[in-house]
This record gives sequence, structure tokens and C-alpha cells, in this order.
Amino acid sequence: MQKIRQRFRYPLILLRQLVKTDFKLRYQGSVLGYVWSLLRPLAIFVILYVVFTKFLEIGKDIPHYPVYLLLGIVFWNFFIEITTGNVSVIVSSSDLIRKINFPKYVIIFANSVSALINLAFNLVVVAFFMYINDVQLRSEALLLPILILELFAFALALGFFLSAAFVRFRDITYIWDVIVQGAFYATPLLYPLSMVPVSAAKIILLNPVAQIVQDARYVLITDQSQTISSVYQNGRMRLVPIAIVTVSILVATIYFRSRSRFFAEEV
Amino acid sequence: MNDNAVSVSRVSKNFHYTSARASTLKSLVTGIFRSDSSKSSDIQHALRDVSFDVKKGEFFGIVGRNGSGKSTLLKMIAGIYQPNSGHIRVEGKLVPFIELGVGFNPELTGRENVYLNGALLGFSRPEIEAQYQEIVEFAELDKFMDQQLKNYSSGMQVRLAFSMAVRAKADVLLIDEVLAVGDADFQRKCYEYFKRLKKDKKTVVFVSHDMSAVQEYCDRVALIEKSKLVTVDSAEKVAQLYRQLFNSEELTKEIIEGKRWGDESVITTEIKTEVTAKEIIIRQTVQAQADGLDTIIGIRIKDSSGKEVAGTNTKIEQVRVTPTIKGTTHTVTWRMSNVLSEGDYIVDPSVLLADGITVADWWNEATILKVRKGRHLPYPVDPGFSVKIAKA
Repeated sequence: MQKIRQRFRYPLILLRQLVKTDFKLRYQGSVLGYVWSLLRPLAIFVILYVVFTKFLEIGKDIPHYPVYLLLGIVFWNFFIEITTGNVSVIVSSSDLIRKINFPKYVIIFANSVSALINLAFNLVVVAFFMYINDVQLRSEALLLPILILELFAFALALGFFLSAAFVRFRDITYIWDVIVQGAFYATPLLYPLSMVPVSAAKIILLNPVAQIVQDARYVLITDQSQTISSVYQNGRMRLVPIAIVTVSILVATIYFRSRSRFFAEEV
Repeated sequence: MNDNAVSVSRVSKNFHYTSARASTLKSLVTGIFRSDSSKSSDIQHALRDVSFDVKKGEFFGIVGRNGSGKSTLLKMIAGIYQPNSGHIRVEGKLVPFIELGVGFNPELTGRENVYLNGALLGFSRPEIEAQYQEIVEFAELDKFMDQQLKNYSSGMQVRLAFSMAVRAKADVLLIDEVLAVGDADFQRKCYEYFKRLKKDKKTVVFVSHDMSAVQEYCDRVALIEKSKLVTVDSAEKVAQLYRQLFNSEELTKEIIEGKRWGDESVITTEIKTEVTAKEIIIRQTVQAQADGLDTIIGIRIKDSSGKEVAGTNTKIEQVRVTPTIKGTTHTVTWRMSNVLSEGDYIVDPSVLLADGITVADWWNEATILKVRKGRHLPYPVDPGFSVKIAKA
């Protein structure tokens, strides 16, 4: 125990300080500061509400569709903040990396904590609209932290992998951009899954982000949300997203560990 | 029982030039199909098979000229670079000072930077809080701590950074020569700090090309030249060898191969130096290869590490140079009072056309200037001092 504390003393000191610094710098010179973290999801909700209840006629069969949409967008933004937000973070910390030896993973964690805080802010807004829309909370809502943890782990794994790969291959940022664009539409964020054929839904839900978003909507907002369990019943395929997340974590850890030794000379 | 604080055994380090590395996926893919025969020429051997030990409580110097590999070695001891072969072992906690004020952010206040830099040096928040007042007082920045660092003068930044550095609690300290930059007052503080480290029997690895500083503080010194360890010996002996090496054929050869460029419309054909106790005279012979060119003739003096210490040209000195006549030769005589500290200096003569851009003949390291004063000063100038003490 003492040994573990000793080992993680320095990374923890560093992590705390980097997070603090990041926060101070992030909202420096902006008048509203942290309020923006709340205003952003509010604005998104207003737009979604207007577009989907007044103009577009999709999602009529799903109760509380605007809140349902908002939750998806909030999760997606969290995912993007950790993945896209980490791609270039190792390279932009080159100044530090070349001058002092410290555990590099701290940079990624520090950069991801703000995403967690933003998610908390956003979920407050979601809760607010759930209250206004009279969404009935069910006991399944207790599963939400597990889903957030799964999303966090998956996003972090990708963040670690992308940031390490970007040190050597600067094309990564463009490739990832394209992937994100595609994934945005491949994930049922703006459309209800019931709009696509079941065979397509089966494939779509293998993507961990889609699985997580649909599950989160299910536990928090409405049991009308199609989830991987409802699509596959009890088949083994249900476990594919979890397997993808696990493999991602393993690959990213191994890759980042082996590459991080050379960051100082390659950034 | 092991009384080595640092042991370096059979360490080699290569760097690959960026051109050899696939920096885009495309070049990675196309690179597979290309023959790899050219690859080896893109590898730079920064260090080859270097071994030595630093004992606990020792003030250990690493010297070598620019590009010899000494900074690479320092970064490997610090764990920033990984050796390609061999291994380095460090006993206890190591704090490196490759640069002062690592992590300093101009957008943050002085106070916030103290915590940030402190964290990088391994101090927790309460630990910094406990010595915050001392840090501020030592840096003499009491009134400025809540201002953003970008509003600090560079001197103030260095003071703050140094004030942090001397707090570092470590078993082994790695100090790069860049630590000793700044004004005289700061250098004095630095050297006082070195003295204190020495008195406290701290293990210090000090990298420098300033032989006088090395001689003054180091117990033993490793000399690195051309990526190889030449010797590990007492500071006195290494200093001697260093001077020999620097004046040896190696350098003469370098001078012959020395960097020289220009359109050769006007060239420096000869450069001679004469050093007396009072004066330095440089005679530069210039020959015109074309007619009617207006030129600016100049010299520059660098110390043995390549740092520029003095220089001037005919434009600065407002001396009119008559337009050239093909084939004619002129001698330019430069005189300056001999205020340089003891050491070897490099002279770079140059001829530029009057536009100040077109280089007719730029000759780096054309000759060496040897200044002997019979004493070493850790400063670039030694103008001769007179000191008087009178009863007040």
C-alpha cells in the first residue's frame, strides 16, 4: 500500500496541478467562464426542440424525443472531447516532454478531466429538461454511471492511441476527422433507431458508442429506446461492444507504453 | 553495497533524421517498397559505447564541445531519452535542470507558476505552501506574484525559476550549463548555489563547456568528443586535455573544411592575428575578383563554444571602402583592446556587398585567437581590474 502510494505520488501531484492549470487557462478572458459549459447544452436543446418538434416529423413515436436527442448529443460531445481533444496533446506538450521525465499518461488524463466536468454540467442540464418534460425516473437510472464509465474508458483508449500515433504520423488528425464525420451519422444520434431496418440496427449497435447512447437513453428517458439487448435478445453478439472496448484498452495501453519512451525525441 | 549514484554502462544512442522516418502514412507505405540501403546514412550516432560511474556525493562534470553528445548524455541520465543499447542506473531521486522554469506558462500568474513548476519538480501543494514565502523572498518578487508571468522581465522570470530550482530535494541533481545564464548578479547566485551543493556533499552531474567553472567545482570530469568518451579524470587533467584537443589537428582540419560560402566576387585571402597583453590585432587581406563593387568588410569573434563575443564591420565603424578594382588586394587591420578572458577564440572574417545581404565571402572559423592571461575567470571578459581597499 505504501509502495503504491509512493509510486503514484508524483503522477497524482502532477495530474492535479495540470488539471488546475488547464481550467484556469480555459476560461481566461471569457466573461461568462464556466457558465458556457451550461449554456452550450441549453442552446443545443433549444435548437433540437425547435427543429424536431416544429419542422421535422421524425421521432414522433418516441416520448420526450428532444431530451432523448439531447442526451445522445451530450454523450457524443463527451466522446469527441476526449478523442479528438487528445490527438495533438502529446505533440503540443513537446516543450515539457523534452525537458523533464514524467509519466506521459498524466497529460492525457489531465486533458480528459475537463471533459468529465463538462459532462457533469451537461447532465445537470439534461436532468433539468427531464424534470420539465416529466420524464419518470426508473430504478434502471442507477446503471448510468456504468455506461459513463464504459464510454470514458473507450474514449480514453482511443485518445491514448491517437495521441501516441500522431507523434509519428501527422496524418492521423485528418483521418480521424473523417472517421468522426462518418461515425456521427453511423451512430443513431439524430434519428431514432426504429427508422432503419433491423438488420442495419444490428450492425449499428455493435459500435460501443451507439450501444452506450442507446442504453443510456433506455435507462434514463424511455424504454422505447432500442438497445443492443432488445435487438439481439440474449445472443452472444450482445457482448461485442464490451469486447471492442476491452481490446481497445489493451491495444492502446500497450502501444502508448511502448511509444511513450520515445516521445521526447520524436515530438 | 553500492556507492555509485549514477552508473552509465556501455550506452549508445542513435538519432534518425526526420527524413528517414515515415512522418506521414503515405511515406510509411511507399517506404516499404523502397530499398533500405540509404537508411544507414541517415542515422546519426550521438553517443557510442559510453561508460562511467558517478559516486555518491561527487560533483561530476561532463565536458565537450557543441555537438559532442554531452547534452544527449545528460538527457539520457535524466530519463528523457532512452539509450539504444547499454543501460543507465540512477540511485535515488533525480531532479534534472535541463532548463530553468520547466512548464512556466506566460498566461498564469507568478504564484500559479510556482505551483505548476513545483508539481513538475515533485512538490505537492502543501509542500509548496510551506515554503512559498521563502521562494518569493529569495526571488525578490514579493509585489509581483499576482501578475501574469508575461509581464515579468526575463530577469524576473529567471529569478523565480531559480528560486524554485534551489528548493528541489533530490539525491542526484543534473545541471545543464544553461543554468548559469543571466546577468552577473544571477551568475553569482548560481555559483553560490553550486558551492552550497558541494559543501552539502550532494551528488551533482554538471554539463558544461566552460572549463573554468568545471575546474572550480568538479571533483572528476568526463570528456566527450565526437560521441565518444575520451577520458574520466580529475578536473585539472581534463582541462589540460580539453585545451590540447581543441587546438589539435582536429580543429585545423575543421578549419580547412570549415564552412565558407559566398559569390566570391571579393574574397578574404589571408587572416592573421596578433595578441599582446594590451591589444588584439587582426589583419585581414581582401582581394577583389570583380570591378566596381561596394563592400562591407567585417569580423566576428566567438568563444570556444561558438558563442559570439565581439564583432564589427566597416559600416558600423563608418570606414569608407573604395569600390573594388579587379585583382587588387587590400589589408584591413582591426585593433581592439584585449579585454577577453583567457581562452581560445574563433575569428570569422566576412565580406558582404553594400546591400548588406549578398555574401561575397563568409568564412566561419578562419583562424583561432589565443588569449593567455595567466588566470581563469568564469566570465567572458577580463579587462584587468584594480581593487583598492581604504578605510572608510
